[in-house]
Amino acid sequence: MSTLALIRPDSWNFPLFVHIVGAVLFAGGVLTCATILGFARGDARFLRFGYWALVAVALPGYIVLRVGAEWIYSKEGWDDVDNTPNWLDIGYIIADAGALLLLIALITGGVGVYRMRDGKGGAGLLKVTLVLAEVMFLASVVAVWAMAAKPG
Amino acid sequence: MSWDDWLLAFHLISAAAYGSAIILFWALIVAIRNTDTADQTLRMAPMVKVGTIFVGIGAAGTIIFGIWLALSVRNYDIWDGWIIAAIVLWAIAGATGGRAGKEYERPMHKAQELQSAGQSGANSELLAVNRTQAGVLFHALATLAFVLIVIDMVWKPGA
Repeated sequence: MSTLALIRPDSWNFPLFVHIVGAVLFAGGVLTCATILGFARGDARFLRFGYWALVAVALPGYIVLRVGAEWIYSKEGWDDVDNTPNWLDIGYIIADAGALLLLIALITGGVGVYRMRDGKGGAGLLKVTLVLAEVMFLASVVAVWAMAAKPG
Repeated sequence: MSWDDWLLAFHLISAAAYGSAIILFWALIVAIRNTDTADQTLRMAPMVKVGTIFVGIGAAGTIIFGIWLALSVRNYDIWDGWIIAAIVLWAIAGATGGRAGKEYERPMHKAQELQSAGQSGANSELLAVNRTQAGVLFHALATLAFVLIVIDMVWKPGA
């Protein structure tokens, strides 16, 4: 186990808690979106609901995750370190890529829901959102592994 | 990376699966509250199954890898107050989550009855069981227990 986790100062606990709450909300939001879109079987109500899970849960979760991450990053003094460890780099790469994927998923899903409402299809775009949600969930698992096991 | 690092990673991945499933179930609770047809109620069954699998993996993984960690890491002991508190909260989360699951089995059974009877339209009795207050209460208690476990794990009172 990393020595850091064992001797963490009390002042780091709340920022870490904020980061964890955001991470669980984000992972839960993308899992909810992927599950509902995956089993909607073309039902417009469930397709809309799956998309809204991304908007109402995953998006705020990501913001809380990122705020918590920056807060604990600064508390731990990584700002003053030239070569950050691998686990932090992995976390940042996944978080930045995740932001991009989330943005694309929100746009494709939003257009898909809009087109569906107007009877112009949109199921294909929501399928893209579903795949992106699945990728984001798997990336979350890798991020949790990196944050916990702290490789490097 | 040491063996303990891997144990911690599996413990936290399990916790993430558990937390994610709790959120999925909240979404399904919201969705089912406005569902009054057998078809739409039954359409949620595979989504519930995904949540149940994640809860199973999460609950089993957190306790197995958590206890393994407590026994493996020199600085921690299984009888530390914060670890005992986490185990008690884990049991509460499991028990209340299980009760919530039982409450939401009733709408599925009712929907199957309606479908077998060929009733595909809106049904007020089905809507009433879909809006079970006991189910919401038990899931809220399971969520609270999960949040308290996270607080306990972060602050480690008495460690």
